Amino acid sequence: MGIPEWFLSPWPWWVAGPLIGAVVPLLLWIGNRLFGVSSSLRHACAILPGGPAFFRYAWRDVGGWNLLFAVGIVLGGGIAGLGRAPLDVAPATRDALAAYGVTPDGGLAPAALASAEALRRPLVWAFLLAGGFLVGFGARWAGGCTSGHAITGLATRQRASAIAVAGFFAGGLLGTHLLLPVLLPALTGGGAA
Amino acid sequence: MSASDAAHPPACAESPTWRRLGARASLAYLAAGAAFGLVLVRSEVVAWWRIQEMFRFDAFHMYGVIGTAILVAMVGVTLLRRSGVRALDGTPIDVPPKKGGVVQTLAGGTIFGLGWALVGACPGPILALLGTGLPAFGVVLLGALLGTWTYGAARPHLPH
Repeated sequence: MGIPEWFLSPWPWWVAGPLIGAVVPLLLWIGNRLFGVSSSLRHACAILPGGPAFFRYAWRDVGGWNLLFAVGIVLGGGIAGLGRAPLDVAPATRDALAAYGVTPDGGLAPAALASAEALRRPLVWAFLLAGGFLVGFGARWAGGCTSGHAITGLATRQRASAIAVAGFFAGGLLGTHLLLPVLLPALTGGGAA
Repeated sequence: MSASDAAHPPACAESPTWRRLGARASLAYLAAGAAFGLVLVRSEVVAWWRIQEMFRFDAFHMYGVIGTAILVAMVGVTLLRRSGVRALDGTPIDVPPKKGGVVQTLAGGTIFGLGWALVGACPGPILALLGTGLPAFGVVLLGALLGTWTYGAARPHLPH
C-alpha cells in the first residue's frame, strides 16, 4: 500500500497525549470553542423538533461547530482504520479477562462484544445499548466527558471537573471490578479461557 | 460549551451551519476532528483493552496520554491567553468557568465511568471506532443518544 511503517504502528503516549492536548488551544484559536465531544450528542438531540426544553435552542449556532468536529472524528477514525498493526494487550489484563471468556485477537474491541456474530445476540445489543446509555446520561448530568472535563476542565483548573473526573474513575473501577466479572461470562456464554 | 449556558440562546432564522460559521471555519472544525480521530485510533486509546489495562492498573499508556494531554492543553491555553491573540473570527479568547454542583458532577461522573468501563469507550472514541468500521459502536452511539435524551427529559427532576 505504500503507507509508512511509523504511521501504521501504534503511537506512544508521549506522541498521542501532546497531540490530543493541542486540540484545546487549537479550537479556542479557530473560533473560541471549548473542546468537548459529549456536547455533540446534545446538539444531535436538539436537531429533532419538539423535544424537552433542554434541547430547544439554536443548535446550528451553538453546536454546529461541534457536530462538524464529531463528523470529523468519524472520518479520522475511518482514515486510521484503513491500516493498523494488531493490538497487543498487557499480560496481566489479558490473563484476568481470559478468565471471563474474553481473549484478544488483535482487534480494538473483543469479538465477543463487537463482531458481526456477536451482534446477532440480543444480550450483546442490550449490553452495548446500556453501556452507551450510561455514557450519554452520565456525561450530560456531569456536564462533560473525558475531553470536556478530564482534559479541558483539568487543564483550566476547574473544580467541577476535578469532582467529575473522580466520579469517572470511581465508576470505571466499579464497572471493571464489580460489573464486568459478572457480565462478561454471561455475554460469552460461561467463561473459561 | 457547558451544559447549562445554552438553555436559552436567542432564536434565529434558518441557514446552513457552514454559512453561519463560514466555510473556512467549518472546514477547520472538520479537519481538527479528523486529526483528533486519527490520533485516537493510532494511539489505541480507543481500544476496549487499553481502558481495561487502565482500570486494572496494568499499563501506563492511558495515564501517559491523558496526563500529557492535560499538560499540553494547560500550557497552550496559558500561552494563548497571555499572548492576547484573538480567535480567527476576531473574538477575544475566553474560557468560561465550568458550572456544576458536587451532586451532579459526582453522580453523573460515576454513571459515565461505569459506561466507560463496560463499552471501553467515551464519546470521542465511540465516534472514531464507528469510523473504523465497527457497527457495534453504532449501537453504543444510539445508546449514548438515548441516554442524553433521557437526561434532557429527566433534568427538571434531577438534583444538580
